[in-house]
Amino acid sequence: MTATEAPAPEKKEQPAKESFATVFVQNLWSANTVVVTILSIVLAMVIGAVLIVISDSDVLKTFGYFTSRPSDAITGSWNVISSAYGNLFKGAILDPAAVSAWMHGTGTWQGAFYSISETLTYAAPLVFTGLSVAVAFRGGLFNIGGQGQATIGCITAAVAGFASGLPIVLNLIFALLAGLIGGAIWGFVPGILKARTGAHEVIITIMLNYTALLFLTWVIGVGGVHDPKRSDAISKAVPTSGQLPSFGGSLRVNLGIVLAVLVTAAVAWLLKSSAFGFELRAVGANPAASRTAGISVAKTYTLLMVVAGGLAGLGGAAQVLGTAYTLTPAVAGNIGFNGLLVALLGRNKAWGTLFAALLYGALQAGGNRMQSYAGISLELVGVLQALIVIFVAAPALVKTIFHLRAARAARLGASMAKGW
Amino acid sequence: MSTATVEELTEATAPVRFWDRERRLGVALVALGVAAAAIFGTLAPGKTARFTLSQDATGAALSINGAFGAVLFGLVAVGAGAALLARVARRWQTTLLVIGILAFVLSFLCWQVAGKFMPLVDTANGTLQVALPLILGALAGVIGERSGVVNVAIEGQFLFGAFFAALIGTMATSVWAGLISAAVGGVIIAGMLAVMAIRFLVDQVVVGIVLNLFATGVTGFLYEGLMQTNQKAYNQPPALPTWSVPGLSSIPVIGPVLFNTNVLTWIALALVFIVHFGLTRTRWGLRTRAVGEHPTAADTVGIRVRGLRYMNVLIGGAIAGAGGAYFTLVATASFQKNMTSGAGFIALAALIFGRWTPFGALGAALFFGFAQKLATYLSAVGSPVPSQFLNMLPYLATIIAVAGLVGRVRAPAADGQPYVKS
Repeated sequence: MTATEAPAPEKKEQPAKESFATVFVQNLWSANTVVVTILSIVLAMVIGAVLIVISDSDVLKTFGYFTSRPSDAITGSWNVISSAYGNLFKGAILDPAAVSAWMHGTGTWQGAFYSISETLTYAAPLVFTGLSVAVAFRGGLFNIGGQGQATIGCITAAVAGFASGLPIVLNLIFALLAGLIGGAIWGFVPGILKARTGAHEVIITIMLNYTALLFLTWVIGVGGVHDPKRSDAISKAVPTSGQLPSFGGSLRVNLGIVLAVLVTAAVAWLLKSSAFGFELRAVGANPAASRTAGISVAKTYTLLMVVAGGLAGLGGAAQVLGTAYTLTPAVAGNIGFNGLLVALLGRNKAWGTLFAALLYGALQAGGNRMQSYAGISLELVGVLQALIVIFVAAPALVKTIFHLRAARAARLGASMAKGW
Repeated sequence: MSTATVEELTEATAPVRFWDRERRLGVALVALGVAAAAIFGTLAPGKTARFTLSQDATGAALSINGAFGAVLFGLVAVGAGAALLARVARRWQTTLLVIGILAFVLSFLCWQVAGKFMPLVDTANGTLQVALPLILGALAGVIGERSGVVNVAIEGQFLFGAFFAALIGTMATSVWAGLISAAVGGVIIAGMLAVMAIRFLVDQVVVGIVLNLFATGVTGFLYEGLMQTNQKAYNQPPALPTWSVPGLSSIPVIGPVLFNTNVLTWIALALVFIVHFGLTRTRWGLRTRAVGEHPTAADTVGIRVRGLRYMNVLIGGAIAGAGGAYFTLVATASFQKNMTSGAGFIALAALIFGRWTPFGALGAALFFGFAQKLATYLSAVGSPVPSQFLNMLPYLATIIAVAGLVGRVRAPAADGQPYVKS
């Protein structure tokens, strides 16, 4: 094809070699991913601080005479806020008192690592549910059904765990697989409906969330599942052979977090290097073009939701086999919905989701300590988690508030908007 | 517009399949009817099922033998299905479908109620009251989505409405202050949704979901911080009074349900008519629909797309917030954490089930209300069907509806797409 001569390769402007330091300084106050994320966290914490002050009636009273004695209001506010966030940090990362006790031999090493152990424990299921949402997002589907899929995963994993009677290791693998398959089935339904009828996955998955929850409350009461020794709604416990082993002593952190890291690596590979990953990203970017290029969009959607459901189901399994051991109506907690936030914060990337899950796990663990030591309701953590994502999802908002410069490599476009 | 023409073209050129939607529905109805007549008919005891026209067992009643009724209504469903299958009355397709489904429900009821009684006034009243927040929430969705903004944050607007109604209602010791601040609470969430969706172009479904979590967190946090410690000062709102219309309220069944009730019911039912009239007969409605279907064209003729969208989302927020007031001012007399428990999502489903129209939303909300009321009734009389499965009914019905088995559901063309003026 000489007729259409390719244009001569343009002389690219040779960018002057910049040292790392100049690049760093230039990017420091621009709207790149890291800066926006950090500023989002800061903004969320500031709003959280306002809420802490509002909800404390003693401090609120001091604002009544703010003009005559502002010091009362300021020190009062500072005390509640610093106590809240101080305990949040101690509960999430490390408690200096426990560390020094360990150093001086008065405490155990478990005490020193307690906070980090809690963080990792809470993070593990969130990694799975977050990856579930992230994978679906990359394929252009919004999987709100993580909660339902995780719930079904909890049920199948727990039932498999206490009913199989398999020996150690085998039972654990069997239960994990059961959780995976349970979630995958629950993800298959919206997938096939989306592929066949175009039914919007958001509505279907929301409805399936409630259906799963009702199914859970029913299944707990069924003979053979319900714990005959108890009168309340609780199932039999998964025996030790089916539990994810924990790492030592009183710490709750278990194999789940290791599994989570492995699955993150697998998902990263799936998205980046596998044929299916390429197809799903193509479909996510432009379904019509993918169809023209010969990719079966319907098949991709179905398979995608099966994978997403399986991941969320694994999250449920990690929850029930890692910490809960029994089925209760609240066994899945909020891991599905929090997984949604985690994926959005992790910008739908595999490793990003892992880090976001660690942050959310830390907030959860720290929130527990904040509730018991500083008397601040755990609900504040929910507010912080939602606010962080609101700001991360709207980088333009953060950019406006802080007068950030436009990023050099602006990959922060608003997330895809497609409607029903 | 282009997509619509393409769709019509493919429809026109596609070969007419024998098993079209009507025939498939007919087969499904016949199967349902046969199953109802056979299963419910055999299971039902041959005792009388009484549907009393009052709040309790007393007074006049419609009675039928349980087993006979189950078989009879099953056969009616079969008949409706057969009529669909034979294409006798194509114009009455929807009517036949409704008759068939109603007959199926009645057959089921004859089985369940046989030997017992079902108070119709109580059932109708319960249905309407459960449906009340759903009607308001779905209307909020209709207004927003017809102008092109997806409102998944109905749940959050409910929660803020319920919370503010309780808080301000208690502090001002006025139920009307509570009702108004409920609307304001809804507007707060709606405002956040509008700014994020319209100004900052964030995915509307994402924002909606996150705002729901935000609302759950904030109301839960403030509940624990303020209300739990001092219920009396912050969380004992007065109840919305029940008003009775003299004369009309003595009509059997309808009277006590519609004319002896709280103001919010009237507001909700009136709003259905107002929104319907507004959307179809006023300038505002025409512009809303234009902006929701083709914003670029609307902009070309001088309609302010973003301004109209802001206005509609905020109006919707006020309506949904008032719906939230139902939870604290009508249903119970205090705010509880996460007390709406997913009603906002059912309202969203009602909106889609009702095909983005006010009357459709009303019908869907009443259907969901009836399903929930039925579940409560049946678990109260000790039905063999576990209540959890009955409670699944609204959700499963929505899935079936959205999957297109009960007619095509089409959203406004520009629903969920932010408008960027080029």
